[in-house]
Amino acid sequence: MATLEVAGLEKSFGGVRAVQGISFSVRPGEMLALIGPNGAGKSTCFNMLNGQLRPDAGSVRLLGREITGMAPRTIWRLGVGRTFQITATFGSMTVLENVQMALLSHHRRLGGLWRPVARMDAAPARALLERLGMAEQAARPCGILAYGDLKRVELAIALANQPKLLLMDEPTAGMAPQERVSLMALTAQIARESGIAVLFTEHDMDVVFGHADRILVLDRGRLIAEGAPAAVRADPKVREVYLGSGAVTGAH
Amino acid sequence: MENLVLQALSGLASASSLFLVASGLTVIFGVSRVVNFAHGSLYMLGAYLAYSLVTTLPRGHLGFWGGVIGAAVLVGLIGLVVEVLLLRRIYRAPELFQLLATFGVVLIVQDLAQMIWGPQDLLGPRAPGLRGSIEIVGMRFPLYELFLIGVGPVVLGLLVLLFHRTRWGTLVRAATQDREMVGALGVNQRMLFTSVFFLGSLLAGLGGALQLPRESVNLHMDLAIITEAFVVVVVGGLGSLTGAALAALLIGELHAFGILIVPKITLVLVFLVMALVLVVRPHGLLGKPEAAARGGQGSAEPVIGPAPPALRWLGLATLAVAVVLPPFLGDYAVSVLTELAIAVLFAASLHLIMGPGGMASFGNAAYFGIGAYGAALAAQWLGAPMLAGLALAPLAAGVFGLLFGYFCVRLSGVYAAMLTLAFAQIAWSVAFQWVEVTGGDNGILGVWPSAWAAPKLVYYYLALALCLGATLFLRRVVHAPFGYALRAQRDSALRAEAIGIDAFRIRWLGFGLAAAAAGVAGGLFAYGKGSVFPTYMGIPRSVDALLMVLLGGVQTLSGPIVGALAFTGLQEQLVRITDLWRLILGCIIVLLVLFFPQGLAGAARARWEARHGDA
Amino acid sequence: MLSVSGLSAYYGRAHILDDVALDVGPGEVVVLLGRNGAGKSTTMKAIMGLVPPAAGRVRFDGAEIAGREPFEIARRGLGYVPEERRIFTGLSVLENLEVGRRPPTAGLRPWTPERLFALFPSLGAMQDRPGGRMSGGEQQMLTIARTLMGNPKLILLDEPSEGLAPVVVERMAEAIRALKAEGLSILLSEQNLHFAQAVSDRATIIEKGRIRWSGSIADLLAADEVREQYLSV
Repeated sequence: MATLEVAGLEKSFGGVRAVQGISFSVRPGEMLALIGPNGAGKSTCFNMLNGQLRPDAGSVRLLGREITGMAPRTIWRLGVGRTFQITATFGSMTVLENVQMALLSHHRRLGGLWRPVARMDAAPARALLERLGMAEQAARPCGILAYGDLKRVELAIALANQPKLLLMDEPTAGMAPQERVSLMALTAQIARESGIAVLFTEHDMDVVFGHADRILVLDRGRLIAEGAPAAVRADPKVREVYLGSGAVTGAH
Repeated sequence: MENLVLQALSGLASASSLFLVASGLTVIFGVSRVVNFAHGSLYMLGAYLAYSLVTTLPRGHLGFWGGVIGAAVLVGLIGLVVEVLLLRRIYRAPELFQLLATFGVVLIVQDLAQMIWGPQDLLGPRAPGLRGSIEIVGMRFPLYELFLIGVGPVVLGLLVLLFHRTRWGTLVRAATQDREMVGALGVNQRMLFTSVFFLGSLLAGLGGALQLPRESVNLHMDLAIITEAFVVVVVGGLGSLTGAALAALLIGELHAFGILIVPKITLVLVFLVMALVLVVRPHGLLGKPEAAARGGQGSAEPVIGPAPPALRWLGLATLAVAVVLPPFLGDYAVSVLTELAIAVLFAASLHLIMGPGGMASFGNAAYFGIGAYGAALAAQWLGAPMLAGLALAPLAAGVFGLLFGYFCVRLSGVYAAMLTLAFAQIAWSVAFQWVEVTGGDNGILGVWPSAWAAPKLVYYYLALALCLGATLFLRRVVHAPFGYALRAQRDSALRAEAIGIDAFRIRWLGFGLAAAAAGVAGGLFAYGKGSVFPTYMGIPRSVDALLMVLLGGVQTLSGPIVGALAFTGLQEQLVRITDLWRLILGCIIVLLVLFFPQGLAGAARARWEARHGDA
Repeated sequence: MLSVSGLSAYYGRAHILDDVALDVGPGEVVVLLGRNGAGKSTTMKAIMGLVPPAAGRVRFDGAEIAGREPFEIARRGLGYVPEERRIFTGLSVLENLEVGRRPPTAGLRPWTPERLFALFPSLGAMQDRPGGRMSGGEQQMLTIARTLMGNPKLILLDEPSEGLAPVVVERMAEAIRALKAEGLSILLSEQNLHFAQAVSDRATIIEKGRIRWSGSIADLLAADEVREQYLSV
């Protein structure tokens, strides 16, 4: 069964149809890229999947269960992790504490008024950081971390509740080329090991063509192409609205 | 019927005056993001200066109108000086710090005005040419009021033209969004800000000067108008001129008709309307969601860790003094110490909301007061013993905290602060106007401790134990998951929601918890003083709490404790030694804001870190 | 035209720029390459006066500008296009341009909205649209156009291709070549090597706040070990 099934998704803002009847699905362990020009509806689409926006029509199913229109925190509890285009972490907490928060929330222990956080869920949090190569940074505040490291912290947070689906909005934006490759390789490895379905948007064509198993191309709210990287790269329509000649971006 | 028409017209005249003041406030806020408490002081100075000028200049049209315009321009210049000397240096400070600085200016102006013009009310001459009245629907209506009705729309029109049809206006609107970028495009943003301050202050001065023929000039004009102006600006939507005009109209008419329809709750009415508007429209009538203005925000909040050993020892030493010393002191000193202990808890309760919670509360006194009244009413009407009263105090405050907080914590920034203020004013008005139950202005007397706790020293130890226990409990909470969840939703609401944290619920419960803690302080205060009064819930007491927290520093857990001790001690001493305590306190606040922008504990922490490196 | 030497800057106590030196000649396009956090944006902000330089000299058009206020630096003919676009979302396209407007500079053809709409045709079609209702690519063009309204002699372009669709990046490259043809000097910061080599004459590599390599684009393409070490491509 597909992890995520999206059917006939629609959303309009003040008469402008941002997303028009989009359908697709993601399988366990699959890396699916969602690409398209700015304003094509990628973010709108994403925000409907994790509950930040309510679709006008259509359905979103997670492991066969209808999750359309649920609150983001409910969707998270059902097993959808999320990373953001501009990293969102708790700047006044250390890397470890950030991951502890996700674990504590997963275990529904956030109401505690007495026992200090320092002694709660520290070991599993450390293990997660270890897996992402961030153990050495555990005690540093997120507020002063380098951008590439923050992206890894976000991934650790997103993995804390053992998600079935990861939604990653431009996971490598603002990272150096080498960091991009290693982060995506790590993501792909974890996804395959744990059978997590990954849906990501991205502007870096090296990342898209290097790491996606399948690609969806959006333009003006519609799905204009879908398929394996080679096929999408060769599609003349995709070249016209999005990829261009590839001379300055590496999409050749 | 005729009466209603006249009432509506006089409502319009009030609305017009109110708009002048509010428009200046909203223009200044729009560009500088400074919530200028001193705007009311500028209004008052406008009235005083107009009085001096008009009575000095030769009589007649030139003397009067020249005096009014002259006063407005002078106030504009005073605003300009305040901007250049003070505000310009703190644009990068947190919002509430700026507010604190402008409150310092309020205190300074109050004493200066009293020194120059004396404490008595002054009556100015009436406007030449507008002394008479005309007949409207068979009744007399003063010409001057009619003139005022015209002033508002004219000023609104001119301002709209200025902001949308001139280059200066375009630059100001751009700077409202991104000051730094405007500077990088070659615009001298400092001059721009100063000119905006001049304009806003001039409008406040004009508003004050035009009151001269309507009412007496007195020393209470500043705080009276600033509360109303805040209401207008917030109801209209921060930064929106048209919104301010609409809101001024609404509030002006509400005053005019409220007194006819529901004279018993006139005081509550305005704040009820404000609360209602904010609950339905969280950004006011025409306001937009506050985009974080760029180039003005500080860095991320620091990590919270266990107290460094030096601080622990200092805390223990202070505690030891607080326990050992009092038996050797007189009754007066012991009751001052009792008040200090209560102040610490009061400040700590506000700190939970402001620091970890990341919300500003302008109405923390409400929960202090509700705690005090809860205990007092239980004593008076149910004959409850002291311990029952003290148990009831946090319960009552907590329940009302949850009730009011349910609405407040949905909003953010200045709007949230203003809604907490509105609820506090509603609570104050009820205590003030529901005379049969609360005794109104006379308060409730005879709220004495049980016999065993009657000696000052015993009561002190009781207060110390309860306040210290509650403060330490709050501190523990901050280190526990709940406190972390509070900080999580403050740091990143987006991320908090994305890991299943219900930000609303966390904020709401946090608000309730803080209210309950303030209630403990209020209950202890009631029994300590033996009486309760509406002033326990007044704006000044809420401002006191803010001062304590900001003075100590929001970013550290010890901040509110240090701030409470410093502020209460300072005020106590100043009032005893000088009549000009407001002037001195105001100057101290301004200097502290300029030189210790992180608060006392924050500054100490920064020095400690500079010497020992990061934790 | 622009000559930077010994430039250092701090955030709090962290040393973020250390002895940075670079030059941009008249009519030249120089690219500052480096990873995220290497110090590219900070270098630009320090030149512009937005981050106070702790030490060093910045000479622009014959005058020392280090330590001056951003608005004074802008008035001398240095234009700044920030990384995050930062257009005024509440103002229309024309009003955004008005904020950037400065008197003409001797020796350069003055920019007018009409000429800018010829350079960026998509902006011409939305003159009265509020900046907040434009796509990312359109906003990036508007922020460049807004800076050009100040008739600068040199512009600092901070990561103009970041987050843009490949077709839009191509248009951006064309626009930069057109500006160079006008005689404008440009200091560009980039992570995208493909884009950088398509538009620049020379490159300077920055890493952890220090300049590691400088030379022509041709040299950079030949120096595999430099690219591997600092750019990891």
